[in-house]
Amino acid sequence: MKEYKTITSVKGPLIFLERVKNIGYGEFVKITLSDGSIKRGQVLETSENKVVVQIFEGTRNIDKNAYVKFYGDVLKFPVSYDMLGRVFSGSGDPLDGGPKVVPEARLDINGLPINPYKRSPPQEFIQTGVSAIDGMNSLIRGQKLPIFSGSGLPHNELALQIARQATVLDCTESFVVIFVAMGITEEEAKYFISDFEKTGALERGIVFLNLASDPSIERIIVPRIALTTAEFFAFNYNMHVLVIMTDMTNYCEALREIGSAREEVPGRRGYPGYMYTDLASIYERAGKIEGKNGSVTQVPILTMPGDDITHPIPDLSGYITEGQIIVSRDLQRKGIYPPIDVLPSLSRLMSKGIGKGKTREDHKSVSDQLYAAYAEGKDLRGIVSIVGKESLSKSDKLFLDFADDFEKNYIAQKSNENREIQTTLDIGWRILSKLPEEKLLRVSDELIEKYIGSFRDAQNKAY
Amino acid sequence: MTSGVINLGSKGTVYRVSGPVVVATNVDAKINELVRVGNKGLFGEVIEIDHDKTIIQVYEDTSLLKPGDEVITTGMPLSVELGPGLLGSIYDGVQRPLPKLSEQMGEFIKRGAEVPGIDREKKWEFFPLKKKGNRINLGESIGYVNENEHTKHFIMSPPNIQGEIIDIVEQGKYTAEDILCRLDNGTVIKMYQRWPVKVPRPFKDKMIPNAPLVTGKRIMDVLFPLAKGGTAAIPGPFGSGKTVIQQQLAKWSDTKVVVYIGCGERGNEMIDVLTEFPKLVDPVTGSPLMDRTVLIANTSNMPVAAREASIYTGITIAEYYRDMGYDVALMADSTSRWAEAMREISSRLEEMPGEEGYPAYLSSRLSSFYERAGIVVTLGGKIGSVTIIGAVSPPGGDFSEPVVQNTLRITKTFWALDSNLSQKRHFPSINWLESYSLYYDSLKEWFESKISIDWDRTRTEAMKILQKEAELQEIVQLVGADALPSDQQFILDVARMLREIFLQQDSYHEVDEFHSLKRQFSLLNAIIRFSRLGNNAIKSGIEIDKLLKLESRAELSKVRYRKDFERKIGLINETMSKEFKALLGE
Ligand SMILES: Nc1ncnc2c1ncn2[C@@H]1O[C@H](COP(=O)(O)OP(=O)(O)OP(=O)(O)O)[C@@H](O)[C@H]1O
Ligand SMILES: [Mg+2]
Repeated sequence: MKEYKTITSVKGPLIFLERVKNIGYGEFVKITLSDGSIKRGQVLETSENKVVVQIFEGTRNIDKNAYVKFYGDVLKFPVSYDMLGRVFSGSGDPLDGGPKVVPEARLDINGLPINPYKRSPPQEFIQTGVSAIDGMNSLIRGQKLPIFSGSGLPHNELALQIARQATVLDCTESFVVIFVAMGITEEEAKYFISDFEKTGALERGIVFLNLASDPSIERIIVPRIALTTAEFFAFNYNMHVLVIMTDMTNYCEALREIGSAREEVPGRRGYPGYMYTDLASIYERAGKIEGKNGSVTQVPILTMPGDDITHPIPDLSGYITEGQIIVSRDLQRKGIYPPIDVLPSLSRLMSKGIGKGKTREDHKSVSDQLYAAYAEGKDLRGIVSIVGKESLSKSDKLFLDFADDFEKNYIAQKSNENREIQTTLDIGWRILSKLPEEKLLRVSDELIEKYIGSFRDAQNKAY
Repeated sequence: MTSGVINLGSKGTVYRVSGPVVVATNVDAKINELVRVGNKGLFGEVIEIDHDKTIIQVYEDTSLLKPGDEVITTGMPLSVELGPGLLGSIYDGVQRPLPKLSEQMGEFIKRGAEVPGIDREKKWEFFPLKKKGNRINLGESIGYVNENEHTKHFIMSPPNIQGEIIDIVEQGKYTAEDILCRLDNGTVIKMYQRWPVKVPRPFKDKMIPNAPLVTGKRIMDVLFPLAKGGTAAIPGPFGSGKTVIQQQLAKWSDTKVVVYIGCGERGNEMIDVLTEFPKLVDPVTGSPLMDRTVLIANTSNMPVAAREASIYTGITIAEYYRDMGYDVALMADSTSRWAEAMREISSRLEEMPGEEGYPAYLSSRLSSFYERAGIVVTLGGKIGSVTIIGAVSPPGGDFSEPVVQNTLRITKTFWALDSNLSQKRHFPSINWLESYSLYYDSLKEWFESKISIDWDRTRTEAMKILQKEAELQEIVQLVGADALPSDQQFILDVARMLREIFLQQDSYHEVDEFHSLKRQFSLLNAIIRFSRLGNNAIKSGIEIDKLLKLESRAELSKVRYRKDFERKIGLINETMSKEFKALLGE
């Protein structure tokens, strides 16, 4: 350990030191202020005569008289099984009045990259009970599937519903839910925690809170602490961990803040050029490892600034994650919950986890067909708004109605409604059955016979 | 640097560390020389020399590296090892075999491991092709080993070694380190050789590409074909299908060897290839696809500098198999991550940024990479090719950004992915109006002589219909389809058939995912035939609704999934003839 009192400048979240000796890149640092308070940080750059340190708690009140202690090691986070059921701050201190955690291990918060050769392919379907996800964009154990939303939209409600309802078919183990808040309001945080408490999810959950009023640079470490914890539970205790992180946009803002304090050449719209790599070091910490039973599944939430999906934050995230669930303002205005726009949504791992023996043989076909038909219906809405409904052919009118039907009966459901995958698939067939059969090109004749046929029989019986 | 004497193992000192960039003093090394940094011996490469400072990019995580740490030179440039055993391997960006790394350190990648790219213990049966007293020219084969059932791996003299054989071993089992052959000038040839990754392997002559790389994908082979030895770019926003296309090409392209580089992308995608390819069978040779594949996996969470190296590692391996006289296809997913790695390193060096922060040399790096594609006469006198297919991931899906633009300046086939199509689940989501192939004209003859004399005519007609559809759509947006005259409505219908039956292709359907050129042509031909007959019928006053209800039209829509495609398409054509006769006979 080395201690210096050689701060030369303080800028934004950074401090600069001179006359230091052989400080390691990435070293963990503690700063003691003149009033005795302590802040923590990490070395961002080191050379023989100059060191740059980012301060997690922000640089407020730091002056040239502060003592800076270098630990000769990277930041390690103490983890333990006893963390279950607890609420922690963004730097991992207990917030729930409970005792300090007695560590079983201290782990580097940056983790290590999983050797791609040792990954095992995610393939178990997670039933979230939400049709728009299960039926159209299935979540798979070990996947990273973010929710792209906008401010004021019900992404939190959706995330909670997923956390409450997520199960793996034919599997008794439930998820450990790790909830990570980055810069969200106190009210939002309360909303989450009280729901966790009410539903008993907290017993099998861990919460890390960095609120809007907390230091922004701490947001750089919260997700890393949380994922370190997640990996510990997944790979040491063979548990299935679902990590919900909100709001990644605030994380990226903190990243930008550091970049500009370092006077780096900014990339697109002022965000650092290395933001892709940085986000990847978070998102890639999802997955499964060969020979281990546990898994880390991530559902990060981000609000798209200006609802713009081409904004660097959603854009770079989409390039790393395995799909995205898009929450749409249009559907929200129509009063549809969950307002998930399935067309631009995507689950890249879906095909690995569905089908015969996993969900049902018709899953892929029916979802492809719903996609195609809904896309067609939505295109027609555009035309109708210009030339009127009269000019549509009979079959086009059916597609137009289908789009409404799909939104109202398939997408829409209650926030406490937990639909079985079979129910979801059946609703799909029911609404498809109103379209002319010869237009159903994505489903085989056998499936049409089996599912629409049986559905018709049932209908006939009912009357 | 001192008077050209290689100073092996000289020591310098770390001066500054910023992420993957390390500045050191007193390092006696050349540009591109490999060095070991710090007490873990991290791998790095000298990328700049500035007065007394040497700038090194480090291929591993630099945490806790500090000023004062040692830098040791190796006297060698960053190189790959080339020899039997490459096929079926999975390497990281600097050619460390990932399975070996996991044996040494478990599921996670730790630092400082040194594992050679070519196994030193494994014995291969060597068959000599030359005798004592023979002269060996640069790059000539002295013998071969059977790398697997279907691949003769020629053991070539390195491109800078020639001479007269004074001694060569007999047929038998040897390891990579055994000396197989001694030349009169004192040089020796082993089963493997080293080659610096940033130097293109030399050849005798570059030829003009004249045969298509058959992919089995209708929109690619028919509309926008790629030539063997050519270059293609696949730009597209996230989720538009770049990786699926690359993986499909890795599966189905008619090449001898595939080098697949996962450059800064997802770990799960690599394991996908790794679990699937050993189970899939090469349609030509009947052996597992993995047997012809070399995987380079430097995922997005692995060190950035090694990501930069992965592209060079891959292309050098590709050139090596080309030199044996083979056709090689190289997929790079994604070249944007490679460009970003350059940008990151460059910005740490505080270089003057060019467009969007990319270094000014972006364009020249990209072109020198794609320049390494080509069909060539090798030094050893064989003909081999390297085809490069690069994915590009433009921010916001905006094709006007520097990486796409610089790539388009060099590559000759352009498969433009379109998120409007992928969102409708139209796959492959290649936009048929924007894409192009500059190879088509020189390949036309090949298609006409090998597949059908009507190839070009049919293709042109299809393109015209798609073009026309786009024009008509604009009118439809204003007045609705019903307002169009019936011949134009019919064009819309045929265009729709082309899109849904021909251009769309299901990558997850065992029959549809690969169509031979003959199949592709007969499917297109049947649609175009329907179009011609339909046009005639409309001219004779037949109502369009009647055409839409024809059985042959309905059957066409699902024929691409049929195992008995050839039989079925014949039947459909017959039905079509009968139906139109009946219509006109009414
Ligand atoms: N040919 C295809 N057939 C069926 N589905 C496809 C096809 N191509 C793409 N998809 C679907 O689209 C998803 C995204 O494709 P892919 O991963 O290739 O996108 P990408 O362009 O590589 O995205 P990124 O830039 O983020 O890596 C796939 O997971 C799959 O669901
Ligand atoms: Mg991809």
